[in-house]
Amino acid sequence: MAHLPRRTHSILLILSIQICFSTIFAVFGSVFQEEFSEELLLKPLPDRKVLAHFHFETTAPPLSTSHGRHHHLFPKAIAQLVRKFHVKEMELSFTQGRWNYDRWGGFDPISSSNAKPPGVELWAVFDVPKDQVDASWKNLTHTLSGLFCASINFLESSTTYSAHEWGFHPSSGGLRYGTLPREAVCTENLTPWLKLLPCRDKAGLSALLDRPSIYRGFYHSQRLHLTSSEFHSSGVESGIVLEQALTVVLQHNSHKMSKTFSSETKLQPSWSLSSIFGRKVTGRCVLAKTSNVYLQLERGLVTELENLQKDNMITGPDHVGSGGLKDNPGFELSVRPEKIFNEVNSLHRKSSSVLYEYSIERYSVFEPFDLGLTWKFPVVWSCPQAPLHSSRFLMGSGNQRGTIAISFISTGLEEGFLSANIGEESCKLQADIFQVVPWYIKVYYHTLRVFVDGQPEAITNVVEKMHVSPSEDKVSPGVMELVLKFPCAVKSAALTLEFDKGFLHIDEYPPDANQGFDIPSAVIIFPNFQTSMHYLEDNSSNKSPMLSKFQEKSPVLSYTEVLLVPLTTPDFSMPYNVITITCTVFALYFGSLLNVLRRRVGEEERILKNSASKKAGRLPQLLSRLSAKLRGKEWEPPQSPSTSSSFISSKLILKVLIVAGVAVFWQYYSE
Amino acid sequence: MEGKEQSKKKESWYWNWLIGSVALRVILVYFSNNLNLASRPEISTPLTSLRRLAEGYWLKQSSMSPYAGSMYHGSPLLLSLLGPLTAKRIEGQPDHILCSLVFVIADVVSAMFIRATGRNLQIAYSQSLKFLDLVKLSEKSDILPSGDIAALVYLWNPFTIVACVGLSTSPVENLAIILSLYGACRRIAPLAAFGWVMATHLSLYPVILIIPMILLLGYGPDTPPRKLFLQKKYVEVGDTPSNDRCLQEEAVDQPELPYVFSWRPVIHFLFWTSLWLVYVLVLCGVSVKQYGGLWELFKRTYGFMLTVQDLSPNMGVLWYFFAEVFDFFRNFFLIVFHGNILFMILPLAIRLKHRPFFLAFVYIVISSMLKSYPSVGDSALYLGLLGLFVNELADMKFSFFLFCGYIGVSLLSPVMHNLWIWRGTGNANFYFATAMAYACLQIILVVESVSAMLNHDRKLRKLSATKVLDGKT
Repeated sequence: MAHLPRRTHSILLILSIQICFSTIFAVFGSVFQEEFSEELLLKPLPDRKVLAHFHFETTAPPLSTSHGRHHHLFPKAIAQLVRKFHVKEMELSFTQGRWNYDRWGGFDPISSSNAKPPGVELWAVFDVPKDQVDASWKNLTHTLSGLFCASINFLESSTTYSAHEWGFHPSSGGLRYGTLPREAVCTENLTPWLKLLPCRDKAGLSALLDRPSIYRGFYHSQRLHLTSSEFHSSGVESGIVLEQALTVVLQHNSHKMSKTFSSETKLQPSWSLSSIFGRKVTGRCVLAKTSNVYLQLERGLVTELENLQKDNMITGPDHVGSGGLKDNPGFELSVRPEKIFNEVNSLHRKSSSVLYEYSIERYSVFEPFDLGLTWKFPVVWSCPQAPLHSSRFLMGSGNQRGTIAISFISTGLEEGFLSANIGEESCKLQADIFQVVPWYIKVYYHTLRVFVDGQPEAITNVVEKMHVSPSEDKVSPGVMELVLKFPCAVKSAALTLEFDKGFLHIDEYPPDANQGFDIPSAVIIFPNFQTSMHYLEDNSSNKSPMLSKFQEKSPVLSYTEVLLVPLTTPDFSMPYNVITITCTVFALYFGSLLNVLRRRVGEEERILKNSASKKAGRLPQLLSRLSAKLRGKEWEPPQSPSTSSSFISSKLILKVLIVAGVAVFWQYYSE
Repeated sequence: MEGKEQSKKKESWYWNWLIGSVALRVILVYFSNNLNLASRPEISTPLTSLRRLAEGYWLKQSSMSPYAGSMYHGSPLLLSLLGPLTAKRIEGQPDHILCSLVFVIADVVSAMFIRATGRNLQIAYSQSLKFLDLVKLSEKSDILPSGDIAALVYLWNPFTIVACVGLSTSPVENLAIILSLYGACRRIAPLAAFGWVMATHLSLYPVILIIPMILLLGYGPDTPPRKLFLQKKYVEVGDTPSNDRCLQEEAVDQPELPYVFSWRPVIHFLFWTSLWLVYVLVLCGVSVKQYGGLWELFKRTYGFMLTVQDLSPNMGVLWYFFAEVFDFFRNFFLIVFHGNILFMILPLAIRLKHRPFFLAFVYIVISSMLKSYPSVGDSALYLGLLGLFVNELADMKFSFFLFCGYIGVSLLSPVMHNLWIWRGTGNANFYFATAMAYACLQIILVVESVSAMLNHDRKLRKLSATKVLDGKT
């Protein structure tokens, strides 16, 4: 009797404790656990290149629910940085090369969020009172500079960063934006970036990052995006999300020529992971929740392939594929994909891009993953473009003044889409420009001219909204934010702004002063055009972070070229000469004028008597005779007191001038 | 009768030349786009550039402070005066034509005031000569109409023409200075005070003109030194049996005038100065009220002038000096160079107090030589005023050398600038060398003119002394 209740009691106790713990673990374990995921997106580009986009995402739970300051996966340095400087959102990118918006696309999530201006770009939103934002920014730049072995600390000076209102990123005023276009990006920046990953580059997808093959590429951009909601007074607490993305554009450099087809078009080069990276994937990072490789085929490519398939169906019926592009006539994949997603897109009904998914969980060192793509037929396609292709250039010559011009050329691809979408007379195409110019480019904002289709247009017709904060010498850069509204039928448009080039103190020139100075890229945003790619997925619970990132609606954004402005340089080698010569001139002025004022008549007569006793030099006499002749006056001998009472150094000056003249003459003839 | 006709002829000759200069200006204004004078560093400095004024006006129109950014550093009054004209465009006419016309008018008015001043000075000069009984001297060398000459020199000086056509605000600044000098010469205290306050407000450096202006108002226009008159009087008192009634009458007419400092106009002047000063400050305060107030205004205008922040090349020597000098010496040299203007004020005032107008001229030359952003407009002013002293400075040395030097520098400076900035074949030292040469020329001019003026007075003294001796014997 007594046994049973006791046992049941203990069992109940154990059970209840277990339940208790399991619930606690469930809470901490499933909801608030640090997570890491690694993904790689491969995409063939129309110009025979391959885009590889690595996406690593680490999340940390909010401080209140995590184990104090301890982290399992999340890099501690980043967490400390976020907590110390109260960073709400931050993005840091290191880029080398320029994203080719024409060929690599300008209207997809990859180009608008991963194509970055050359050099370093950093922006951060702080959750601190307004007067402390600048101090936080300065501390942040120094920290990041140490963290990434880069000269980000140059962004500390107020001439390099700017606070803007609405042009670039909507924020509540705590945003600072700075770029260093000249920063050289190399492996010393990549290594610390990889150190933030839990597996570093020892295992998983990051093991593919072979330095020589990456830096041989045409474009590479490593990006670090940080979102933290720790300091939100309201809203959902999601902790810190660290998103690291590396975008590279590579070309498989095979020396063997691909066989040319009859129709002039060359076959795209076949590639595989091992041929472009020189390595294979030898298994996943064991700490990663998901580790997938995707192969994306663009809308244009899919359409082309479908056309090809139709042709093949007519010629040879043995290629009938049941599942769309599963048995593709255009190319062949070395590994069969596990899943195929089609893009869900309401706007482009004609075709949609296709995503092949590979999970690398089942691959290991003994069975490495090496995705290869072999083209069978030549395919020509083009990438989706932003509505306007923008470029920026300088006009004018010389080192005194110039003109910045931003030109827009309609890509024409979106025309049908636009007319279908709005189809009205008052159709407007909105473009926002955000441009920062350093202070030594003194822009005259009143000289803003707008040309639409080559014709000058009144500014009020085109410029909807304008915000300018003019540059202040040695204090702050000039910021220009513009909202432009063009008519939809616009073929080309241009904006010009005149500027004067500044002159700097010799200490302010960089060591290679004659190379010129960089004007950071302008940002062009098309807020009415959103990029989002929504792929139909079977189970929404296990969503890939990269694909959910693609689903987010973000405006189409493009960066213009960095401009190189040559500035005049003073002579760096002669500060002493300048100082001494200038001071001599001042002394000459002071001395001779005082001498003239000081002279008294009595003293003068004494001097005259003295000079009369001596014989006057011949040369001054001759010169004065000459000058008198030139003046057309009768020459008087200098003995008369009224005329020769001029200051005594006039003769001296003459002598000096004569000696200098002789010296110059001698120099000229001795050569 | 004949003399009258001759003077009429002279008058018409003067007017013809004046109209000619205006016509030349208008023609050049129409071609100003081709000439591209507005971008010359010699003409438009950061302070006088109309382009910067237009930028300031644009900023003000877009409800920002006109001093936001380091573009505009001029007066807010000039901004509200000229600003609307820069924004207005007339179809088929060159840009800024209205501003250019304002500058042409300012030039012509300046010339007229110079002429009137010159006449005033000449009357005083011949009067004093007559008083000293040196009419013979004046008859001998035929006193030139210095007012007409100065006005025409001012109008036809290429420096004035390019400053007027090249869209710089210096004609307006010059007008204010000339206005103040004219007012002081004619002893019109309100006008003199207005001119001085405006000139100081527009370009700060004319502040030192207050000393010659007080002397002008106190003593009247330029005269030979007081000692001469004292001597004369003494002699006159000495020999009572005068044989020249006319002279005595005149001496009775204005016995105290040349050498007694009269306080009345000076006090008038000071009163009016304070009145205008308050007025201008209130106007400025109202126009910059929402942009940081008067302190911000002073920092952006006078502070900018005195600290030489803009290192773009100009005709002066300070830009290159401060581009090259080590940072920790910067403040020291700023003080030294501005002190150089001030150091000379007192010695010159002591030595030339009998010639206040000439003193004002010397001050203008010195300040336009040593100011932080000199332009050819400043040179145009003092070269025009130099014409007022043709009679006194007839014996100046090096005048031909100076003339050639000015021509040489004004030809070489654009060439060197072109070599350095546009072609990139020369370097900054080339252009700086012309600036140095120009500074040296100005130094020679000021030293020689002061020396010639002192010599002239010595000559007068000698002549009158011999005359007195002759009279005695």
